[in-house]
Amino acid sequence: MMVPDLAEGRRPYRATQPAAAEVNAKLSVQNLDAWYGATHVVKKVSMAIPARQITAVIGPSGCGKSTFVRCLNRMHECIPGARMDGRVLLDGVDIYAGDIDPVLVRRRVGMVFQKPNPFPMMSIRDNVLAGLTLTGVRPRGGEADALVERALRGAALWDEVKDSLGKRGVSLSGGQQQRLCIARALAVEPEVLLMDEPCSALDPIATTRIEDLMHSLRETYTIVIVTHNMQQAARVSQKTAFFYTGDLIEFSDTDTIFTSPRNKRTEDYITGKFG
Amino acid sequence: MAGLDPGQAKPPSRALERAFAGLCLAAALLPLLLLFVLLADVVYDGLSRLDWAFLTSYPSRRPERAGVLAGLVGSFYLVGLTALIALPLGVGAAVYLEEYGGRGRLAQIIEVNISNLAGVPSIIYGLLGLELFARTLAMGRSLLAGALMMALLVMPIVILSTREALRTVPLGMREAGLALGATRWQVTRRIVLPMSLPGILTGAILAIARAIGEAAPLIVLGALTYVDFLPDGLRSAFTVLPIQIFNWIGRPQAGFKLNAAAGIVLLLLMLLLFNGLAIYLRNYFQRRTR
Repeated sequence: MMVPDLAEGRRPYRATQPAAAEVNAKLSVQNLDAWYGATHVVKKVSMAIPARQITAVIGPSGCGKSTFVRCLNRMHECIPGARMDGRVLLDGVDIYAGDIDPVLVRRRVGMVFQKPNPFPMMSIRDNVLAGLTLTGVRPRGGEADALVERALRGAALWDEVKDSLGKRGVSLSGGQQQRLCIARALAVEPEVLLMDEPCSALDPIATTRIEDLMHSLRETYTIVIVTHNMQQAARVSQKTAFFYTGDLIEFSDTDTIFTSPRNKRTEDYITGKFG
Repeated sequence: MAGLDPGQAKPPSRALERAFAGLCLAAALLPLLLLFVLLADVVYDGLSRLDWAFLTSYPSRRPERAGVLAGLVGSFYLVGLTALIALPLGVGAAVYLEEYGGRGRLAQIIEVNISNLAGVPSIIYGLLGLELFARTLAMGRSLLAGALMMALLVMPIVILSTREALRTVPLGMREAGLALGATRWQVTRRIVLPMSLPGILTGAILAIARAIGEAAPLIVLGALTYVDFLPDGLRSAFTVLPIQIFNWIGRPQAGFKLNAAAGIVLLLLMLLLFNGLAIYLRNYFQRRTR
């Protein structure tokens, strides 16, 4: 059974009474725990991710930041042996409720991965449309063209590829491939975009382009970016969450985190004492 | 470093190294040489009999008038039917185990059983086919019974090679598809299977090649050795090329020995053709998907 709100993307009725700070929350995480087998990787995390802002998740390797983000669109459960507990409210509706189809959650909460992963057998155009064709939707010629252009423009890739849409996606450079993956995610028209270290495989110039792109995407989408690069977090985000060994240590405005962190471990991490 | 000091370690013996390399080369060449001699002998005997009449004649009492038509056509029918049964089931089983099964207990049990089945001698499959298909299910010594048995025989090959092929598709491809809101089936159908097609095809063709060469289980099943008709349906009796060869080798007349040699050459040509096709398809699709 699918919940109509999730299917049609209308603003749903709020299941819970929101706390004052959460009024603007797109995603509200409540007591989230996550495990891989017996390893407890995310521990009792609660936080409210604001709409139409960029939230950075930082922390040393293995602190659970990727796993945390993968719990926000139910990708975590795709790995054998993975399990989670707690609630994640998307516009007030728990995406882990029994009658919610994870497939529909993922259409509203898109994801871009660490390594650019365009589908190798598809052209640039087909890669952009993959979210539709995979799910059995066949957009008409004109509609499809418009969608491809809109998504590629949205990902700041249109000008570079508009004359070679038939070329294979994997023939692009690494940075272009990553923007193609962003376009592919945008074509599904999600509301939230999760980015799991999207620049860690890219050179500095390609990284700058993605960061610029994130600034413009912020007007339309709620973005959560995992990064091991503190400067990147400082540059792109409005909110920053610091994770350490599975605990959410500090979550605050990015300025606050980087200028006057309240927690000693946050300060040690951002000043480079460890990590 | 002490180890690099020439005064401390003995210089390695060049002569010993060369002798060992020579020994390895000999070990590699000996079986090839033996195989070549055997092949040359068979081809020398067989080529004289290999002509159009040999391909289009039924067996006969007189070796010079006997041909392989029934065996050849029977082999094609049997193998085609086997592929039709074994490929969907085998690929389906592999997809279940790789894409859906995870680490469940059921998957583990299936997995152990498949690995064991791959090692079971083919004659055992023959006995199983005889009891289950020919007798219990009353199919007799028919084409259908033979194909079902042969499908069981080659299914482990199909499953194992398909699983290998599925594993070559990076996890990132599946995640990309799932993150776009596709179901696991949509991801499997439109991304994973197309990407692993070269490996699946290779495994399928190798399985078919195996089925072409098998004689023992079919003899146990009771496939006929003298057939002067072509199969006209699933319930029809049949023979296959290896059985025809086996039959001729058992005859005392020298002429039949030549027929057997010609049959062997034909069988080898078919196997070469299939293996060549497997390699070609693999390369062709690899160029398309990489």
